[in-house]
Amino acid sequence: MTPSTLQTLPQGIEYVRILPEIVLSAFGIVIMLLDPLVDQRRSSRMLGTIALIGSLAAIAASQYQTQCPPGTAFWDMVRVDAFSIFFHIVVTTVTAVVILTSFEYMDVQQLHAGEYYALVLFGAVGMCLMSSAVELVLIFIALEISSISTYILAGYRRRVAISSESSVKYFLLGSFATAFFLYGVALMFGATGSTSIAKIGETLNAGPVPLLAYVAIALMFVGLGFKVAAAPFHIWTPDVYEGAPAPIVGFMSTAPKAAVFAVLLRVLFEAHAPGRLWLIWVVAALSMTLGNIGALVQDNIKRLLAYSSIAHAGYLLVAFAALPSSGIPAAMFYTAAYAAMNVGCFAVISHFASAGERRVTLEDYAGLGRRSPILAATLTLFLLSLIGIPITGGFFAKFYVFSAALQADLVGLTVIGVLNSAVGAYYYLRVIVMMYMREPREETPVAPIPFGLGAALAISGFATLYLGLLPGRVLEYARSAAALLR
Amino acid sequence: MPQNYVPIFLFIALIGVLLPVTLLAAKLVRPDNPSKAKLMPYECGIDPIDSARGRYTVRYYIVAILFVVFDVETIFLFPWAVKFKALGAFGLLEMLIFLLILVVGYIWIWKKGALEWV
Amino acid sequence: MAPITTLHYLVVAAALFVLGVVGVLTRRNVVVVLMSIELILNAVNLNLVAFSRIWGLQGQIFSIFVITDAAAEAAVGLGILIAFFRNKETVNVDEVDLLKW
Repeated sequence: MTPSTLQTLPQGIEYVRILPEIVLSAFGIVIMLLDPLVDQRRSSRMLGTIALIGSLAAIAASQYQTQCPPGTAFWDMVRVDAFSIFFHIVVTTVTAVVILTSFEYMDVQQLHAGEYYALVLFGAVGMCLMSSAVELVLIFIALEISSISTYILAGYRRRVAISSESSVKYFLLGSFATAFFLYGVALMFGATGSTSIAKIGETLNAGPVPLLAYVAIALMFVGLGFKVAAAPFHIWTPDVYEGAPAPIVGFMSTAPKAAVFAVLLRVLFEAHAPGRLWLIWVVAALSMTLGNIGALVQDNIKRLLAYSSIAHAGYLLVAFAALPSSGIPAAMFYTAAYAAMNVGCFAVISHFASAGERRVTLEDYAGLGRRSPILAATLTLFLLSLIGIPITGGFFAKFYVFSAALQADLVGLTVIGVLNSAVGAYYYLRVIVMMYMREPREETPVAPIPFGLGAALAISGFATLYLGLLPGRVLEYARSAAALLR
Repeated sequence: MPQNYVPIFLFIALIGVLLPVTLLAAKLVRPDNPSKAKLMPYECGIDPIDSARGRYTVRYYIVAILFVVFDVETIFLFPWAVKFKALGAFGLLEMLIFLLILVVGYIWIWKKGALEWV
Repeated sequence: MAPITTLHYLVVAAALFVLGVVGVLTRRNVVVVLMSIELILNAVNLNLVAFSRIWGLQGQIFSIFVITDAAAEAAVGLGILIAFFRNKETVNVDEVDLLKW
């Protein structure tokens, strides 16, 4: 810090620009303080309610940010504009849905709720901060806040061997990836003399690009590619998703991914990252193909959706290879649509899994259409959206991505993407066929849908349909946000 | 310049010769009658009750981990202390918020019983 | 003898980085893998401090954040490992094998 910057202390408006983060942290801290003080048996519901209020307050705070003029805060560390508010709203809404799903899950699995809700909120702090950070140091810290929270949450069923094992795997590979990202950041600092994305962009745009910058971008891409489970950095995904608690899988397959994609958009486009096109081309094609092929042979629905999430990361990256003017809005729309449908899928899974997550294989879903029509219908909606059937958000998401790719003359990549979508339809339809065409293996009634889960399903179902029927408004918003980015 | 390293190589050579010689000389000269008490790790104090390679209780690790976390977090006090005057009231307030968060963590682990000694 | 330049530090950092990566990929003990990751983070710190010679103090401030993050990560990692050990009684990577493709 130079003396001149010290004289400009943060103004009130700058605190508004990190208001969602402040709200989420405050609620997380309150939960941590209350957790040891209140009675264990009653604490679960109470702390859950506080967490829910916190996430709703954070949504309201993000909404409030739209009223304020866009700008930077804290010595150009964060920038709040339409772009970051978009991701704030995606992250905080996913957080609220996950908390609603967790109410019942914590009771059924007999887990202690205290730290759980606090960690979900702290994770959301990191993700919100990631989407508004325009400084590599802050991006790194935000990334770590969100990653460390999810490492712990992945192993939250700690008496269960596969859960703690998934946590170990996630932690080891995740911190390995973070180390790569960090090494890239250090080299970028060396190559350009700044950690501010805008300044890096200026430097790289102005003169000859030093070799160091290429290495730095590659290393940062490895780290971020790991976090969004893009091939070839996807090996951890199925194992971690299988072992982690189902609501948490819903959380970490959507919110952190959205935030990391926001970071990728900022780093790749705003910093004028050199050599990004072929890098993304290869990774996108690999992710789509490996994800879909892997999903074909899965019998466990959590593993199946893990491979599906790898494939979806691939579709999303196709938008990154396109021209910024159409690619960025398409990528933003895809993140929102994917968040809505995937968090809904895992809400259904976490309810149906029952105590000890017993029912997670595809055979268990046989005859669900008869045993619980509502549950089966909502899961069908989300799966159809994942395929990309019209009137669901998934359709327009894919449509915008592929048309953006065609505009940029990426015919090869588009063909690979469309072929992969066709392959992907097979395994999603397999689940739907299983639910409606097969005889149920057991006749015990599925537990009735509690209020919290009902609300979670309603929100994610509504969002999926809204994006499928009236995509114009969200896309228009994404366009205006993307215009600010360049 | 390589010749600057000549004294170092001389020293290394000298150690290579002197060390075996002194050890051998000591072995030849000293009286050698070990007893059980003499071979114990400590000649006085409490008798060891177990092998030193036995397992520790996991409590040691937890307390050690917690120590590392709190110890390292205080590193942030250092840049603040360097620029204390320039940062003024704003810096003080921010640092108090930071310390408050650390205190909340401390209260939490305390109440959770992570510091109880079994 | 030539004076020590920034490049020398960068070479040492790169060597540490490679050592860390090789350690992560080849070692079987989870604790050693964790130490290898810390080695990479130290390589990053060395890089940052070395670049501070050219670009000014902010690299050193950054390295303070990296140090604290490394501590937090190690603490969480060891905590996760203790939870895992209670279920499985091993810290060998080869035996982290309940979840398979």
